Amino acid sequence: MFPIPFRKGVAFMEQLIQQLVNGISLGSIYALIALGYTMVYGIVKLINFAHGDVFMVGAFIGFYSITVMDLGIFPALLVSMAACALFGVLIERIAYKPLRNATRIAALITAIGVSLFIEYGTIYIRGAQPEAYPDGIVPLKSIDLFGVSISGQSLLILGVAIVLMILLQYIVHKTKIGKAMRAVSHDQDAARLMGINVDNTISATFAIGSALAGAAGVVFGIYYTKIEPLMGIIPGLKAFVAAVLGGIGIIPGAMVGGLLLGVIEALVSAAGFSLWRDGVAFVVLIVILIFRPAGLFGKNVREKV
Amino acid sequence: MLKVNDINVYYGNIHALKGVTLEIHPGEIVTLIGANGAGKSTLLKTISGLLKPKSGEILLEDEHVAGKVPQLIVKRGISHVPEGRRVFANMSVEENLELGAYLRKDKNGIREDFEKVYQLFPRLQERRKQLSGTLSGGEQQMLAMGRALMARPRLLLLDEPSMGLAPLLVKTIFRIIEEINQTGTTILLVEQNANMALSIANRAYVIETGKIVAAGTAAELGESDQIRKAYLGGH
Repeated sequence: MFPIPFRKGVAFMEQLIQQLVNGISLGSIYALIALGYTMVYGIVKLINFAHGDVFMVGAFIGFYSITVMDLGIFPALLVSMAACALFGVLIERIAYKPLRNATRIAALITAIGVSLFIEYGTIYIRGAQPEAYPDGIVPLKSIDLFGVSISGQSLLILGVAIVLMILLQYIVHKTKIGKAMRAVSHDQDAARLMGINVDNTISATFAIGSALAGAAGVVFGIYYTKIEPLMGIIPGLKAFVAAVLGGIGIIPGAMVGGLLLGVIEALVSAAGFSLWRDGVAFVVLIVILIFRPAGLFGKNVREKV
Repeated sequence: MLKVNDINVYYGNIHALKGVTLEIHPGEIVTLIGANGAGKSTLLKTISGLLKPKSGEILLEDEHVAGKVPQLIVKRGISHVPEGRRVFANMSVEENLELGAYLRKDKNGIREDFEKVYQLFPRLQERRKQLSGTLSGGEQQMLAMGRALMARPRLLLLDEPSMGLAPLLVKTIFRIIEEINQTGTTILLVEQNANMALSIANRAYVIETGKIVAAGTAAELGESDQIRKAYLGGH
């Protein structure tokens, strides 16, 4: 063996890249959840605190699809997304729609109620015990990049997140329903005058956001293995932080915010402060609210008189 | 074409329209003039379905449309250009126009109407990729009108198209309103700028605190001393 110079430095770089990869995987999950927060906020100005629980439900539907219905990963992903889309629309129609003209605090408190209802409803139905996603279901092999091995799970998360985000951009910018969504989020009455059905457009927004959360739930299960009925709380809160970080209501903001938050967390862990991991997300929230309340991508809109 | 029959509209406890009746014949330009808060915009919003009347009827060629959703009203051929333009500032000029044709499925017809709108407002064609929030007030008014025309309406409701525009631009806008009318679109024009409105209208109604207080041909109302004093800065 001949000596490799700066061996220590190489190891450091490898570790850094490894942590970045972990952070990006985790961040992709945050980003997928954050998109739903931000889209719903953009259109009805509601922080849907039940969104993290849709993510949890998605993880369970994916789990049962794989273990009980014996589906492969991608069919399970699609089943979970479809079921969550439907679930999101039901939540909107039953809990939020009757409050459309109520005060915002009433809707917000309702969202917290819905969140608790889903969490403990799930425990009531299936018990509080965790489940583990089966091993070896990812058809991708790990690859080596700059001496860093990237696991099949990480590749899957990245692939799913990238495809879904491209798809989302396409829907929002190129399709009729996407244009209707943007119109409604900007001015509901003007959208009505175009003949846009505002209720259906809002439902579509919940459906798309919830489908993304469902997908996030499944890839989370594949990546971290363990799922349980209260698993949506912390990722939900962090995705909310990610959405605020990027600028709530702004779709690219949620993507960047999610990735950034994931990377920050991974680096904090790598630096040896892994106990501070969860805390850091909220430090980020506080800092953003103090210095850039509209978020990284947000414009400071001054109220016009 | 459109008959509004004794409608009453409330905002909570406020009685905003008190038994308003008016009629618009095909091919006309009818103007509704009145002071701020008289109920002009309320009437337009009620016709286009944004507000529901408590009582009374609205007939569009014998079909009852009072209290129907805006979607249906647009489909039946009434387009409303709201006060303050209300363009979708976060979208391009082209996308705004596309949204105007939201309920239509006839691709060729939509393409033709794009051409027509661009002919009517060459400025919009120049700026079709630009975000509409970056347009000037006059251009936004043009966009709002073009957007409404994309639904191929038979009746166009215009709410204060001259608001906040320079006098020269107001003239242009009014000339275009006449052009639109000449292609067969009936127009109900709400204006505070009564002089301009009467100069292009066939008939006019005057509304005061929710009631129609005068009606007649534009020429008649333009001559009336009372109207001149109240609305035309008259002598």
